[in-house]
Amino acid sequence: MTRPTRRSSEIELQVMWNRLIAVVEEQAQVLLRTAFSPIVREAGDLSAGIFDRNGNMLAQAVTGTPGHVNSMAESVKHFIRHFPVETMKKGDIYITNDPWMGTGHLNDFVLTTPAFHKGKLLGLFSCTSHLMDIGGIGFGPDGTDVFMEGLYIPLLKLADEGRLNETLMAMIRTNTRLPVDTEGDVYSLAACNDIGCARLAEMVDEFGLEDLDELSEHILTRSREAVLAEIRKLPKGRYSNAMTVDGYDEPVTLAATVTIADEGIHVDYTGTGPVSRRGINVPLSYTTAYTVFGIACIVGKDIPNNAGSLSPLTVSAPESCILNAPKPRPVASRHIIGQMLPDVVFGALRQAVPDRVPAEGTSCLFNLNVRGETEDNDLGNYGFTMTVTSNGGTGARPTKDGLSATAYPSGVKGTPVEVAESITPLIFWKKEYRPDSGGAGRTRGGLGQTIELGSRIGRSFDLLAAFDRIDHPPRGFDGGQNGAAGVVALASGKKMKGKGFQTIPPDDRLVLLTPGGGGLGNPKTREPAALAKDISEGLVTPDGAKIYRGA
Amino acid sequence: MAPTTSIRLATDIGGTFTDIVLETGSRRITTKLLTTSDRPEEAVVEGTRQVLAEAGLAFADIDVFVHGTTLATNAIIERKGARTALIATEGFRDVIEIADEGRYDQYDIFIERPRQLVSRELRFTVPERIDVTGKVQVPLDEAQLRRVCGQLKGKDIGAVAIAFLHAYANDSHEKRAAEIVAAELPGVSVTLSSAVCPEMREYERTSTAIANAYVQPLMAGYLHRLESRFAAEGYTKPIHLMTSGGSLATLETAARFPIRLVESGPAGGAILAAHVAAERGEPKVLSFDMGGTTAKICLIHNLEPYKARTFEVDRQSRFIKGSGLPVRIPVIEMVEIGAGGGSIARLDALKRITVGPDSAGSQPGPACYARGGTNPTVTDADVVLGKVDPARFAGGKIRLEPERAATAVSEVIGKTLALATDMAAFGIGEIVDENMANAARVHAVERGVAVTDHTLVAFGGAAPLHAARLAEKLGIKRIVIPADAGVGSAVGFLRAPAAYELVQSRFQRLDRFDAAAMSDLLGAMSEQATALALAAAGDRPLFETRQAFMRYAGQGHEIAVALPNRPLVAEDAAMMRADFEEGYRKLFARHIPGAAIEVLSWSVLVSTTEAKPAALTAVTPAPAPAPTGTRRVFDAKTSRPIEIPVYAREDMTPGARLSGPALIVEAGTSTFVSASFDAMLDAGLGLVLTSKE
Repeated sequence: MTRPTRRSSEIELQVMWNRLIAVVEEQAQVLLRTAFSPIVREAGDLSAGIFDRNGNMLAQAVTGTPGHVNSMAESVKHFIRHFPVETMKKGDIYITNDPWMGTGHLNDFVLTTPAFHKGKLLGLFSCTSHLMDIGGIGFGPDGTDVFMEGLYIPLLKLADEGRLNETLMAMIRTNTRLPVDTEGDVYSLAACNDIGCARLAEMVDEFGLEDLDELSEHILTRSREAVLAEIRKLPKGRYSNAMTVDGYDEPVTLAATVTIADEGIHVDYTGTGPVSRRGINVPLSYTTAYTVFGIACIVGKDIPNNAGSLSPLTVSAPESCILNAPKPRPVASRHIIGQMLPDVVFGALRQAVPDRVPAEGTSCLFNLNVRGETEDNDLGNYGFTMTVTSNGGTGARPTKDGLSATAYPSGVKGTPVEVAESITPLIFWKKEYRPDSGGAGRTRGGLGQTIELGSRIGRSFDLLAAFDRIDHPPRGFDGGQNGAAGVVALASGKKMKGKGFQTIPPDDRLVLLTPGGGGLGNPKTREPAALAKDISEGLVTPDGAKIYRGA
Repeated sequence: MAPTTSIRLATDIGGTFTDIVLETGSRRITTKLLTTSDRPEEAVVEGTRQVLAEAGLAFADIDVFVHGTTLATNAIIERKGARTALIATEGFRDVIEIADEGRYDQYDIFIERPRQLVSRELRFTVPERIDVTGKVQVPLDEAQLRRVCGQLKGKDIGAVAIAFLHAYANDSHEKRAAEIVAAELPGVSVTLSSAVCPEMREYERTSTAIANAYVQPLMAGYLHRLESRFAAEGYTKPIHLMTSGGSLATLETAARFPIRLVESGPAGGAILAAHVAAERGEPKVLSFDMGGTTAKICLIHNLEPYKARTFEVDRQSRFIKGSGLPVRIPVIEMVEIGAGGGSIARLDALKRITVGPDSAGSQPGPACYARGGTNPTVTDADVVLGKVDPARFAGGKIRLEPERAATAVSEVIGKTLALATDMAAFGIGEIVDENMANAARVHAVERGVAVTDHTLVAFGGAAPLHAARLAEKLGIKRIVIPADAGVGSAVGFLRAPAAYELVQSRFQRLDRFDAAAMSDLLGAMSEQATALALAAAGDRPLFETRQAFMRYAGQGHEIAVALPNRPLVAEDAAMMRADFEEGYRKLFARHIPGAAIEVLSWSVLVSTTEAKPAALTAVTPAPAPAPTGTRRVFDAKTSRPIEIPVYAREDMTPGARLSGPALIVEAGTSTFVSASFDAMLDAGLGLVLTSKE
């Protein structure tokens, strides 16, 4: 028995919208639970979403990685162009890790599954997660083209009406150092889309729907209008900003012009420096993702992500600048530069809405990528490999100090010292706030931290550095001071490079000082009570307090 | 617990009410008093007097007394604990603030980190270092520790937490430090991280030690006052405390580890639901406890509530994970969301109805309380929809004014959305039910469970009104609403086992398994847990279960693997690997051949076995009682008001059946039976709703 097509009530549409968001959250939970890749489980480096038949994203799970905000949304449109919806069959699964059609580097696999119910295509589910190894020279910025960075999978069918593409699976298994984990992660991605399809079918049965057209229209229109209403409250105009960061072997300037108009916000990156020889280049999809994320933190942060809410926010960058790197440029570590983009956008938005925008922060992750020998000599030079996630301070906020040792814009979580010591032969001697590192201001930048570590077993170990803000600290604004720059050094005193492979001798220790966030406003106008608290807590030393007193 | 002919008293101190339950054989007497916050024992003693008088008994007649309280939780939330200092390893002063370096809200750049119980001024470090293997790398600098104690003198310190790195692997430095602190700062209570939470992960362990230290002086004082008040009244037997893990501890253990008492009320609710399940032979239950402020949902399989090992107190922001202070203790795992009768409804920027997480509380309360509240709440929506009898709400103690409910719903929701008032009220109900259904689904999926084949056990003042719709949304076909649902937690206390669980981290690679060392560890844990459980168990027999928490080397999440209750031998490593791989396959459909496996933690649980209640007898069908009247309720299907019959629960005899739509009212609450359910009173006086499908 089919029900006559009827219009859903306002309440039903609201309930179904909530349901779609719950479905994609559930989809993400399944991925989180079943992923083999530690960075997915620990840090939430994944995304999941539902799309209508035209490839418009209707809902997306909020996870640890803004880099997937709408890069994944675009990838579904690429799939639809390549595999037109009328050719899609129940049981099909499409796959790619194309950095330019997916989420910016080969480590991210994107899987898309058409959702059929009663023989009819309702929509599509898509998901992506970071796989630990995809071959090539390994996960780091040292490649000089994308082909060095690993196996490159174009838009392909992973499954054809339920039959798995064994040839492709064999290719994947053969081209990674972690065949079991990588294959497991592909299955995990497929399973999470299956859950989405099942839940969607239950929903349309419960509400007696024939398709998602009316719901899609409701979500997209309502969201777009809400974002536009927020944008229309902003002062219109063109606002420019530039920020220079360390880069791989020479500084990189990131320049943006933000145009706020009634019909939306456009960000253009004309003036940005050229592509790098090394893998810190950013495909435009990833540039767009972090740009839009930055804007969304300032404008309409409570409006959920979908094609409607994202449509008023557009991004362009000149061909061949580092933020629109063409194939086959190396892009593996695109996040180092990409994570800087909210700061670049904030610099422009600050001119329009100064009371909403923080000063510059550390922004790039200060991960300790370490490897070396263990006590078992038979395991060779790389008996252990470990990424200890750690962070610096965020920028001062207009009404509050910045957050100390906190990830932003990334959403990853740090690694406990005791856990790191249980899986490496390293010992940490210090992991504590770094006094005076927060940029002074009316509101203070968040503090960085001091991390000191050595070998517990008297062996050397390697650092694969991928740090920024060593030469270019986060800047303060409106009289606020810069945050302290990052420092990488040996305890014996020798400075080390911010990027690339280096060795810590057995009798020495690695000292990492993560940057502090920039300050906002003249330090002399800081509340005396707030300064007194900082001093009594030791966050600001008597020496560091001088600038607040104008000495 | 003890034989059912004994006189058993349970008391539960909540934020607003203190619930008292007395069971004498098959008779149950209950009462509710306002909590006496300044001296909480007053309401307990007074309430106990009342129920004893009604039963014609005296304090000396009580055989068993089980007590639960939210005082520890409230002390943390209201920051009313002792002024506390931390002593940590040099170089690690900021462990609790650095935390996991994450943000609990991706888009909100104005979030606040959790407020710490110990400010940086009162966080001190001393040179000492133990490594991951338990080896001393740097000896404890006792002279420096004495200097720190000197600095603490005159600072009005009531408690000290000591948390050194890897203290779970070697507690000698913490123990020595405790001796020095005790000598230098007499009268100050001391908590060791290695005693309260001997587990790896310095943030959670330190946070747990601090939380325990912070509430200890207050809780120890309160518990001993309660003990002497009861002794003065003539009760001299042991007082048992309900813990967050759903088991009973002695008063002495509770005074030492008061942090284990947080969330004892909700734990009692889950125990009640497990008991309801046992009486009815329900293998899969979703427990649903909806009160004034929050709804709590808990999975119960094979009569055992799911357990977790960590809990967050005082979440700063809308119940979001990561915004509170973590405590690592055994807890009954539940998801709690801001969805209760008092939850406030409003429209967001997208003109979507949102409900909660903030609550109108009891002051001003929902608009219909007529105490000055103008925000529409879930209760207001229920009143507009006709599901609540205004004259009988909360046993008639609060007289509701339906017009005020209608005005609030119309002003805030109806007018903007151009909806009639009853349609707007229906929208509020739909959204809150949908929020709860979504929370239940996501919680279930985190546990790899599908909820559709579960029975919903609903209790708490607001749950019976919403249970039917929640079940429809979840595809659940069966609901049980137990008797005395309003004091469910305290009733549950009387069904809890006496137990103690210890979890201890000790890192072990299976390929280098040190069977002798692990046997020693487990043996020592067993001895300690047995001693603590025995104190609460009396002469009841105890059983023991041992587990190892294992994972593939380098992974983030551990799986619990059962161990035999005997010394381990080298060959057991192969069995542990096989059991781990089987567990892994069950969860993730495959295992990783040949990958290295490691054990992070070990646990020993020593517990009494609670006799399973006898299965209920079948009842012969009986006719429905005569309705006491009818009510107009809003019908979602036709978007029109319809007349439905109202029944009094006390008029129903076991076996009585009736068909929805109907309303069944009782003193504490009313049950809405939707058109898709039939209702029947079973032999245990539980109201059983069964889907008509």
